[in-house]
Amino acid sequence: MATLTFAEAINQALVQAMTQDPGVICYGLGTDDPKAIFGTTSGLKDRFGPDRVFDMPTSENAMTGIGIGAALYGLRPVMTHQRLDFALLSMDQLVNNAAKWHYMFGGARSVPMTIRMVLGRGWGQGPTHSQNLQAWFAHIPGLKVVSPSTPEDAKGLLLSSIFDPNPVVFLEHRWLHNSTGDVPEGDVRTPIGSARVARGGGDITIIAMSYLTVEALHAAKYLEPRGVDCEVLDLRSLNPIDWSAIFSSVEKTGRILVLDPGAATGSVAGEIIARVAIEHLAQLECAPARLTMPDAPEPTSFGATRGLYVRAGDVASKVLDMLGHDAGDVVSMLPEPTPHDVPGAWFKGPF
Amino acid sequence: MSPDLAHALLFQMRRIRAVEEGVAARYPAGAMRCPVHLSTGQEAVAAGVGLALRRSDLAVSGHRAHAHYLAKGGSLPAMLAEIYGKLTGCCQGKGGSMHLIDESAGFMGSTAIVAGTVPVGVGLAYGMKLAGVDQVSCIFHGDAVVEAGVFFESASFAALKQLPVLFVCENNLYSVYSPLRVRQPPGRSIARMVTGLGVPAVSGDGNDVTSVFEMTRTAIANIRAGGGPQFLEFSTYRWREHCGPAFDNDIGYRTEDEFLEWKERDPIASFEATLTKSGLITAAEIKNMQTTIRRELESAFSFAENSPYPEPSHASTDIYATAIHPGSAPTAMRE
Repeated sequence: MATLTFAEAINQALVQAMTQDPGVICYGLGTDDPKAIFGTTSGLKDRFGPDRVFDMPTSENAMTGIGIGAALYGLRPVMTHQRLDFALLSMDQLVNNAAKWHYMFGGARSVPMTIRMVLGRGWGQGPTHSQNLQAWFAHIPGLKVVSPSTPEDAKGLLLSSIFDPNPVVFLEHRWLHNSTGDVPEGDVRTPIGSARVARGGGDITIIAMSYLTVEALHAAKYLEPRGVDCEVLDLRSLNPIDWSAIFSSVEKTGRILVLDPGAATGSVAGEIIARVAIEHLAQLECAPARLTMPDAPEPTSFGATRGLYVRAGDVASKVLDMLGHDAGDVVSMLPEPTPHDVPGAWFKGPF
Repeated sequence: MSPDLAHALLFQMRRIRAVEEGVAARYPAGAMRCPVHLSTGQEAVAAGVGLALRRSDLAVSGHRAHAHYLAKGGSLPAMLAEIYGKLTGCCQGKGGSMHLIDESAGFMGSTAIVAGTVPVGVGLAYGMKLAGVDQVSCIFHGDAVVEAGVFFESASFAALKQLPVLFVCENNLYSVYSPLRVRQPPGRSIARMVTGLGVPAVSGDGNDVTSVFEMTRTAIANIRAGGGPQFLEFSTYRWREHCGPAFDNDIGYRTEDEFLEWKERDPIASFEATLTKSGLITAAEIKNMQTTIRRELESAFSFAENSPYPEPSHASTDIYATAIHPGSAPTAMRE
């Protein structure tokens, strides 16, 4: 067990996978450049050689299809997009080929490929460098979608993704890359499709995804001495969703608040609330709720992004509201950090 | 050309023609309930390339793939059953005419989005390069593919990494009902353009099976010698409508005269005449060939028609794999 950053944990997973399986290859724009995709691919080319670790042409669609062909040949490609937004150029190969191959050819062969997509936020990333379109990918039968929030799960879910026989979209939030946590050594895998109880509690179920797990835990910690006992479920996997974990938590608490880093309409949060309402309405003591990004592109300006993101104060305020308590001065007690557009004051840009 | 090779080329062209015409004849009955894109008139490219490839080489194709699948050695009964939507089909009825696969023959898949399998074929070749084998990845495609962005991306990567890719472009002048002149600038040579991307390209007569075979053999020898990707553009013509069993020279996008001109250059009739004239084949041998093909077809259509449909529950199977396919990986395929 060592304390690693989220980015180091990803690097460790890649080293682990590439060491134990010579079929694992790793590519994407900037993979072997001096920045090494926020440090996640550092040292890989020296260790595993240029055939298995390489930069690529700015050809997202073909390079996805090339990964599919390589996977069909028996390799396990890991492709990385430095922003999810860039992966939109590859939707044809991802949706029409990767997701469908096993099904449409009657199970003849599957596509064991991992596609890492980095989610941007803040520092003026703006309309086309900060979209979280996780719901798009989760909507496609044939794709699996995971979104870790801790270094341990970053490693464990990446290893599970690489060794899964299906195409897996691995979403990593830029604001988590420098977070730290204990990470076990070796081939430790977090199963895909399993949520994690990040904090046990009996009053309300907060379903959090990706970076919002951090905000949820912050809110829960604030609420605890005020007599509110939150259960925080880190969803981890957006397809398949761990319905039994969600349902059993809601049966216990009778309340559900979903935090989704995407836009509200057509969101994963919407799907979770729909199924809970359809199948467990009788257990609910108040209406389900969600906190999401607004149904709008994200602006670039420092000024215009003030108050835009879901923060611990918003979560705590919503929880108190759902429990029938007066939220009072919670937002002033849990203000949006300053500056609001970075994961911490140490972050000096550019991306 | 050896008599054996000549017979094999003629046989494969006649067989493909018979299958496509067999589909066309039975299609109006409504039992083949999926779009079909027939290759009648274009048989020489598939037959010539198919015989120049080894069984251990891999191939992919697009929506008009029957001929390529058959020429690569794909199972005829499994293809027809697939077109009939039967459980015994090569995709168990999940794919239909536009999705064919027979990995035992090295036919790795055809898909229905134009240019969709181009990067897949290049990716197979990347696997070959890493495995250090002398396989070739053949990508069959049409003239519209060189209008798709993913083609430029894929060809560039194949050139960058000097991958063992054989691009086979069947230029039949039309994409659905759209002629080349509304899709590509006047005077463009596809082969010259592709050469400019770093992939050596040549053009040839796609209705002359001898020439197709020889050009392909040369290109493949270059690839196996480490020469990187090669591109072959073959001019040819589909006789029937873009999609379906009928002729459509009367609907206004092309003329009956143009069709008749190309029909005069029937790849099968002209090759057969050449072989007969030079004494490489006799009338009795041709008759035997026809009989063999007819019997294979009758048996395959009967298999397809009499096979069971999948149950409705089949619609939700195989969405995800639970393990890597246990069958032979293409890497294990050797001559």
